[in-house]
Amino acid sequence: MSLQDTKPLIGRVQEVGGLVSLSDYKAGGGYTAAQKALKHMTPSEIIDLVREANLRGRGGAGFPTGVKWGFAKGEPQTPGYKYLVCNGDEMEPGTFKDRYLIEFNPHSLIEGMILGAYAIGAEKAYVFLRGEYHEPNRQLARAIAEAREKKYLGQSIFGSDFNLDLRIHLSGGRYICGEETALLNALEGKRGQPRYKPPFPPASGAWGRPTIVNNVETLCNVPAIIRNGAQWYHDLGLTEDAGTKIYGISGRVNKPGLWELPMGTPIRELVDVHAGGMRDGYKLRGILPGGASTDYLVEEHFDLPMDYKTIQDAGSRMGTGTMILMDDSICPVDMARNLQHFFAQESCGFCTPCREGLPWVEELLADIENGKGKDGDLELLDQNALYIGAPGNTFCLHATGAIEPLQSALEYFRDDFEHHIKHKSCPYREN
Amino acid sequence: MSAVELISPLTDEERNEIEAEVAHLPDRESAAIDALMIVQKHRGWISDESLRAIAKFLDMSPATLDGIATFYNLIHRQPVGRNVVMVCDSVSCYVMGADSFAVKVQDHLGIKFGETTPDDCFTLLPIVCLGACDRAPTMLINEDLFGPVKEDELTEIFSRYS
Repeated sequence: MSLQDTKPLIGRVQEVGGLVSLSDYKAGGGYTAAQKALKHMTPSEIIDLVREANLRGRGGAGFPTGVKWGFAKGEPQTPGYKYLVCNGDEMEPGTFKDRYLIEFNPHSLIEGMILGAYAIGAEKAYVFLRGEYHEPNRQLARAIAEAREKKYLGQSIFGSDFNLDLRIHLSGGRYICGEETALLNALEGKRGQPRYKPPFPPASGAWGRPTIVNNVETLCNVPAIIRNGAQWYHDLGLTEDAGTKIYGISGRVNKPGLWELPMGTPIRELVDVHAGGMRDGYKLRGILPGGASTDYLVEEHFDLPMDYKTIQDAGSRMGTGTMILMDDSICPVDMARNLQHFFAQESCGFCTPCREGLPWVEELLADIENGKGKDGDLELLDQNALYIGAPGNTFCLHATGAIEPLQSALEYFRDDFEHHIKHKSCPYREN
Repeated sequence: MSAVELISPLTDEERNEIEAEVAHLPDRESAAIDALMIVQKHRGWISDESLRAIAKFLDMSPATLDGIATFYNLIHRQPVGRNVVMVCDSVSCYVMGADSFAVKVQDHLGIKFGETTPDDCFTLLPIVCLGACDRAPTMLINEDLFGPVKEDELTEIFSRYS
């Protein structure tokens, strides 16, 4: 039994102790899934298998990948007409899993993209990569060149009549480009502003053509699903959500990092066992479970399993599965200010509630933190959270995501906000 | 009086690199971001004259291109020093003391965010999450990622770029 049997994403990285080269990847069974699929499977069979495995999008939304691929299937089959785009614009604060996959296991992404492109009938594919990801860019570019040389990319791959041209688009850098329609505009060389939906990208995406956008981790799961089957993948998960997940923890723990573990691993196990527990003298107060745009979880939630449904039922989202820990030395008001600074700055500026509302919320939070809070400020924040955050009040979900950590901070850490206003100071600064 | 120069012509190298991107795209405008990044790589930043040269080369209006250039965090429309230092100010680094770390970096370089040292060696900018949250606090100098950075390492780190 190899590590890859339980850790299809980074088991091979651990086996070779670092970057998985092309020869390492092949020695571990790499590119056999693509070879098998292109020779012996129809695109529909691949889509059915991925759907049966219940692979859900790992970028944060958790949409079933097989279903998404199915949307593109009905579009014209003209060769070269469709696009597959990998969303590698990992800009959700606190998230660092896709960087790891691209940097250390780039061929698994390439093989996943060959499979995805074949399944949807795309002959052109892009990896939309963060501009700040210099080392992942170097590793991926080298891996793509290797794959081209071996004819895993290019014309008539594995002797089939399937062709694939895979390229990297390096982003100019803006959080909103992670939103898939903004990403498509950026890919086209435009400002990264979200598009009106419908039409959704599977019908009209990059340059107006049917386009499927998948996250890095999602695509990296596909080769192992093709190799080992849907049931194997399903059985990897501990709860009803299938497979493994790359979980991450940042904050004041003894061993911050990333771990590939069964989907549904409990939060407390992640913190206490894998991250080595909190550092001496610090107590865990709150968790942003899946990046900056997710609602806080608190003590009462720490025994929950980290999967899509459970965390959603608890009022938050598993998001990217990389958690940010707030310990008892951190001021919840100032942390909220830090978060809103990010969202205000990264608003694309297209619609009013987001463009005007988020900077205003940041200012209000800074005032409260600086001891200039007034009676009624909390009610104003509540009201703004409601108006700005409600889906449908803004063009895309940027503001909705921005408000998630704020509304939950106002709920769980309200005493801290009230203390700031009542005493006109921040108690965390006096310490 | 010398002639008014609205355009700083692209070099052959820049033109070739941009054409290589255009070659696999449906139209020239689609290479706008790539072209800005290519010219910035050679010139450090995008001046008005560079912007007009790129716009002309891609058959698009300078205003449209400027709307694109100013949208993206990594495209500099103002001059920068020989090295660009970017310090992460997002939440994971914040939790690990990014605010006080940022003060130390500013003190060390003797400049504030948005400024360039008098010898043109360093420009200091804030940046959003660098995706290395297990190594907070983090900092990017040109293409080199550092983290976790301790205050007593700053002298040595910056000396590599001086």
